[in-house]
Amino acid sequence: MDKLKSLEELESLRTSLLAAENPNRPVVRVCLGPGCLALGADKVSRAFKTAIKAKKLQAQVKPLIKETGCHGFCSQGTLISLAPADLFYVRVKPEDVKEIVETSLVKGQVLERLLYSDNGARYKSAAEIPFYRAQQKIILKNVGVIDPLNVEDALMAGAYRSLAKALTEMAPDEVIRTVEVSGLRGRGGGGFPTGFKWRRALDSARENPGPVYIIANGEEGDPGAFMDRAIMEGDPHAVIEGMCLGAYAMGANLGFLYVRHEYPIAIQHLTVALNQARSLGLLGQNILGTGFNFDLQINRGAGAYVCGEETAIIASLEGRVGEPVTRPPYPAQQGLWGRPTIINNVETWANVPHIINMGAPWYAGLGLPHSTGTKIFSLVGKVKNTGLVEVPMGISLGALIEEIGGGVPGQGRFKAVQTGGPSGGIIPYELKDIAPEALKPARVGLQPPDFIPTEKKELSVDFDSMAQTGSIMGGGGMIVMDDRDCVVDLARYFLGFLQEESCGKCLPCRLGLKGMLEFLTKFSQGQGAPEDIDALESLGRALVDGSLCGLGRSAPNAVLTSIRYFRDEYLAHIMDHKCPAGVCRDLITYRIAPEICNGCALCARTCPQLCITGKKKKPHAIESSACIRCGACMDVCPVNAVIVA
Amino acid sequence: MKKAGQDIDSLLEKYPPHPHHLINLLQDVQALYGYISSDHLVLICDHAGVPLTQAWSITTFYKSFSLEPRGEHEVKVCLGTTCHLKGGTRIVEACERDLGIERGRTTEDSRFTLETVKCVGACAEAPVVMIDEDYLGRANLRSLKKRLQKL
Repeated sequence: MDKLKSLEELESLRTSLLAAENPNRPVVRVCLGPGCLALGADKVSRAFKTAIKAKKLQAQVKPLIKETGCHGFCSQGTLISLAPADLFYVRVKPEDVKEIVETSLVKGQVLERLLYSDNGARYKSAAEIPFYRAQQKIILKNVGVIDPLNVEDALMAGAYRSLAKALTEMAPDEVIRTVEVSGLRGRGGGGFPTGFKWRRALDSARENPGPVYIIANGEEGDPGAFMDRAIMEGDPHAVIEGMCLGAYAMGANLGFLYVRHEYPIAIQHLTVALNQARSLGLLGQNILGTGFNFDLQINRGAGAYVCGEETAIIASLEGRVGEPVTRPPYPAQQGLWGRPTIINNVETWANVPHIINMGAPWYAGLGLPHSTGTKIFSLVGKVKNTGLVEVPMGISLGALIEEIGGGVPGQGRFKAVQTGGPSGGIIPYELKDIAPEALKPARVGLQPPDFIPTEKKELSVDFDSMAQTGSIMGGGGMIVMDDRDCVVDLARYFLGFLQEESCGKCLPCRLGLKGMLEFLTKFSQGQGAPEDIDALESLGRALVDGSLCGLGRSAPNAVLTSIRYFRDEYLAHIMDHKCPAGVCRDLITYRIAPEICNGCALCARTCPQLCITGKKKKPHAIESSACIRCGACMDVCPVNAVIVA
Repeated sequence: MKKAGQDIDSLLEKYPPHPHHLINLLQDVQALYGYISSDHLVLICDHAGVPLTQAWSITTFYKSFSLEPRGEHEVKVCLGTTCHLKGGTRIVEACERDLGIERGRTTEDSRFTLETVKCVGACAEAPVVMIDEDYLGRANLRSLKKRLQKL
């Protein structure tokens, strides 16, 4: 493809691409998002190609197979959607593909058995499904629709329109002003106003002329969150365009995409997209003939959670160990190689093109006055509909989990929600009915600024309301727990995670986490005294006050919130030596329910301790004294006869 | 693991001799050879112009580097939050028993390296195990055993 030399050339390319599209041509979109891929979506896609080839269809009716990014509804994977018929098939297996081709693509009929059904209702189109109905997709609009490796697809969906608009119609300052007025706040977790950060960088660059750098933070280290992955994999040009806009606003000529190495597909898609943008003249020298020069490079993270912290990213980009440094000076003042540097999360960058395209007032009208726009959440854990959802800020927690999430699966009962990853807290589900301003701000973690009332009657999900609970909204991980999940165990898990990931530079974090973990390990073994809970709390506060960077300052959140809301569960471990949820290994026993056991002996063959005995076809039993509570019997039992007591 | 199709010299030439490229160089060598040998570590330091101690601190700080050869297949059990809640720990322990190695180690026949990872971003299908580049979602002891036997 030739380089585009002007806005007109870009628009005429877009028009000619759209004109060449045949709206009647069947398109099969196969979700190759992380969830579906884990269920074998690549095999489904291959099966489609083979089946269509075998059919020898004529060129005009030959369906186009698009391997797209995440469709969002991961619990129903592998997902495929068919256009123009607007059919949405769930739980597709490679062996279903031949029938889909025969029935739906050749004969144009609906294959009822692959439609999503819930409570007796069947849904033909995705838009009708409750999981999608309550969502408002802006950032994810193209994810799952376009082929991320095909730049023409992205252009037809409107990619680089905002960049062209900004370069030809807006002064750099106007771009910053628009972002400021939009109220966009950092999506990585901090919620810092993006426009303010940009303004600070620009001011520093004016005082001290020289290069400015911009960075996309794609080190999505929070376990349980995968929205950045979905954006980078499913719509890489959106991130690139957002960064181009930021670069134009700040006068940067070089930017970095810092992507964690655990996301090889994201790295591959971004690499392809960068090359496409360069060959179209949308990156590089003299972009769209406007004289603006900007290029991007990809840096792979090397495996360190702390490198989600902005000063640690800078250290890593400079080829050093990823240890944070004190702020101020902020990276916006003195960042990469001592120069003003803007670091924004991938999702934040992906918001920018929409703001420029639709205008600040439109964006500011979405969500709440102080948390504008939409936010992507990964709804996972003990909830029926797991996946990625995009909703306006300020949606009520109850609606998010019950309407979109579809409630708890099986016999369980909602107990708690963990938000914001290891830096976030564990809040009881009952809080959903309490207005945010009625909650006394917890003296935990990164303190929110003064809370501005939202007029919400129930707990809403936005930066400030979540901070009121003592947790944070963070990157958007939302892990739902039911009554079979133990908060002491989860708090211990997070501390173990953070202790391993702590860089070790400052003492409160290095030794404090170790000390806190010792307390929790003791509790999970049924040891300790009630006073230890207070000691743990006070140690946690010391970390909040004394740590160097956000990792240490927010690390006690899970512990402090769980003590605040679930002290009884801590006491049950310590005083009664019981884990009410049946999780903490030292406090539980496994047994086989004789009335359920069918005597298949699978458990006996699996047991590493050889402590399960029984006659063939007769109920088996576990010899408790030899049991190491590894749970292998429970995992292999085909009839769920192994129960925890 | 990829076998050496490209030699170390051409890999070094890809980057200008500057300390800024140290991590990139280490990542490329790690990707090509599956680990960073002491000879390669010295070559990289000479090229980037940094002392050996700096490269050592980087390879031991970041988790993606290995200073020992890896097995033919990598089994990475995810221990992200959701996988933890859904029994990821039980899966790692089963792997440890079946393969006869602790996490982070390689079997004596160099067939398998067992690793735990903190979230591969496929939380909706937890628990997840990655075997080389392939994902296994909603993993359990049976499906994992079947997958490993296929290798």
